[in-house]
Amino acid sequence: MASLDARSKALRRRILDMVRHSRRGHIASGFSLLEIVRVLYDEVLRYDPKNPSWDGRDRFVFSKGHGCMGLYVLLAEKGFFPDAELDKFCEFEALLGGHPEHFVPGVEAATGSLGHGLSIATGMALAARIDKKPHRVFALLGDGECAEGSVWEAAISAGKFGLSHLTAIVDRNRMQCYGSTEDIGPLEPFRSKWESFGWAVREVDGHDVAALREAFAALPLAPDRPSVLIASTVKGKGVPTMENNPDFHHTNKIGDEALDALYAELESQ
Amino acid sequence: MRRTILRGVHELAKRDERVVFIGSDISKRDLAAFAEEFPDRYIMEGVYEQHVVGLAAGLAMSGKIPYINTIATFLTRRCYEQIVIDLCMHNQPVRLIGSGGGTVYAPLGGTHLAIEDMAILRCVPHMTVVACSDAEEMERFLPTTLDYPGPIYIRLAKGGDNVVPHDGSPFVIGKAYLKRAGDDALLVGTGTTTLRCLEAAELLAQQGIEAAVLHAPTLKPFDHEALLAHAAPVRAVVSVEEGVKHGGLGSAVAECIAEANFPAPKRFARMAFPDAFLEHFGSQNEIMARYGLTPEGIAQRTAELLA
Repeated sequence: MASLDARSKALRRRILDMVRHSRRGHIASGFSLLEIVRVLYDEVLRYDPKNPSWDGRDRFVFSKGHGCMGLYVLLAEKGFFPDAELDKFCEFEALLGGHPEHFVPGVEAATGSLGHGLSIATGMALAARIDKKPHRVFALLGDGECAEGSVWEAAISAGKFGLSHLTAIVDRNRMQCYGSTEDIGPLEPFRSKWESFGWAVREVDGHDVAALREAFAALPLAPDRPSVLIASTVKGKGVPTMENNPDFHHTNKIGDEALDALYAELESQ
Repeated sequence: MRRTILRGVHELAKRDERVVFIGSDISKRDLAAFAEEFPDRYIMEGVYEQHVVGLAAGLAMSGKIPYINTIATFLTRRCYEQIVIDLCMHNQPVRLIGSGGGTVYAPLGGTHLAIEDMAILRCVPHMTVVACSDAEEMERFLPTTLDYPGPIYIRLAKGGDNVVPHDGSPFVIGKAYLKRAGDDALLVGTGTTTLRCLEAAELLAQQGIEAAVLHAPTLKPFDHEALLAHAAPVRAVVSVEEGVKHGGLGSAVAECIAEANFPAPKRFARMAFPDAFLEHFGSQNEIMARYGLTPEGIAQRTAELLA
């Protein structure tokens, strides 16, 4: 697994800042997918933060809704909304809550109930094909989310349509709320599952910015099939106490001392 | 009614390139012309209703107006969460065409009875719920769906249903129509129960009871104004629906009447299926008869209320 550079640490600090205000959140899930979202917004997606509904934009459906702190720090940084919104996370009148809402600039669809995003993304990709529009569609899924049958319904459908401008990215951290995905609802052989549904698959280190950049640059992986990037990640990446620790799936009522310890661990990496 | 609406969707597709048809493994009947003329906008999907609704949401978010058709039970229950979140929360213009509404599929058994469809969809914000009385009303209704905002559930009846007399007024979503005037009682129907109410009113007239009949094809948004206007002068109100007793037409009528706080209380009855699974096969008419949802049953209940 790749180590974190200064930018990845800074983004994680900003997430911890959010938690300083909210005292809660799916911190570890946000840390797991951060490099994926970072590379998407830095180098892959076409978008206009001043006109989030610009028709020519690439669509990014954030299906793993509970990881939204990782999305929000990027959206704020890119100017979709003021950075100060991050510090109101989960407040009563806030723009940003614990799962993405469709009214947040830059969010394509409200998610949080798992297993919805890939179908929506497939519909968006199909619409682009009907209208002969050049934009691409991306959906980020959690691996725990892939226990939802609807994910595989969408996989059948997108495979049938051969939507090469559709890419799913699976944040494969092998952990879910209770523990290991392989103990709870085994997904392996995961790669061949996707392949057998008609998808072109590439595995990538989900914390290695250069490897992610290269994987995204290789899209589409096949000319007539949708692509899936299975990104190996670590839930809670960057803070050893949090890494692969089910106690940190969702944090609630975290105190200053515990939070300070997370900052310290992050800096010491 | 199915043929009417499928042909109607094809006509809409000719008029407006935003229209997309999605079937979920349904009969090929009445679909060939659409498929041939607009192959890009004709999508036949498998038996995966959750995905179908999510797919439609994604199409709608991209400017399309998807019309989905499959069996009503599966189109409402199996994908309820996709309806609530993907369609209603996002307020997307997707039209859900549910075949075999109510007890149309009686011989196929309880898994195929769509009797809570109206109730479970009526409680979701942004959802519109419509049940036309017959194919002719469907023809008047369908064009109004094209530019209507938000999702619509369209419950289809059996087909070949007798036509409710029509005075030529245009179909407006959210409007109820007085089909017969009367000073003693008000019978309220939706879908095909309106015709049963009209037949019941004939029977009541023979007994000297004048019953008005209000047809409410739109269950949500419910036409409170019409209901209260026509309920005000009568002593008794009876709602009649081919659905469960809780949450559907009877509940909508009861809510209106209860909150109207009429100076003189109304006599009121909901005629619907009981809070139970209906363990019968046979025919739609047999099930309706078993629970008194016949012209005779409606007339009898109304007369009892007035006695």
